[in-house]
Amino acid sequence: MLAYTWCVAADVFKALSDATRRAILDELQERDGQSLFELCTRLTMRHGLGSTRQAVSQHLEVLEEAGLVTVRREGRYKFHHLDTGPLRQIATRWPVPDEGESP
Amino acid sequence: MIRITVTSVFVDDQQKALDFYTDVLGFVLKNDIPLGGDDRWLTVVSPAVPDGVELLLEPSGHPAVGPYKAALVEDGIPATSFGVDDVQAEFERLTALGVRFVQEPTDLGPVIVAVLDDTCGNLIQLAQMTS
Repeated sequence: MLAYTWCVAADVFKALSDATRRAILDELQERDGQSLFELCTRLTMRHGLGSTRQAVSQHLEVLEEAGLVTVRREGRYKFHHLDTGPLRQIATRWPVPDEGESP
Repeated sequence: MIRITVTSVFVDDQQKALDFYTDVLGFVLKNDIPLGGDDRWLTVVSPAVPDGVELLLEPSGHPAVGPYKAALVEDGIPATSFGVDDVQAEFERLTALGVRFVQEPTDLGPVIVAVLDDTCGNLIQLAQMTS
């Protein structure tokens, strides 16, 4: 169980280690449920990230493997959603004391 | 000098497309010429520029068209883009008419865009230049 937890955490840390992937999470935080096209235009226009569509698609796969992004198919469309659930294990492993509480 | 006079989108059904592009989006019919079989040379123009660029509503009969359109729609990629004065106003007007938007108005700095489904197998981007 502990080994499994570490393994999942490793995926999450790897996913978060890249600036483009963090920008993708920021954009999904602002509007959840985006197509690949919308994410690409936001990364280009707002972050100056000139990633190709293929590169963004690969970043999304890494985020999906880490459980931070889920894909929803609706008819012929495909939308990407943010799932911050996997981040909980970070706070579980290294609890943050409440403010005012001595460290 | 070379000019763009006609551009096109592949539509699943020409009559359904004509209804959508005129009654809903607001274009007007320009040319409707029988081509043999059920196919028509069917073009619409903007009422603001009746002698401007024509949009050809092109039949989707070729076997490559279906997979091509499906792959674009899956990734949210528009077949083409039209200019409007106010994306938010068009979004509200068209939504009230039952049009499905896959991307709500998005401010990208120099341009505000939104993406809708034309009910004929394409996504269409609406763009408003802000600068």
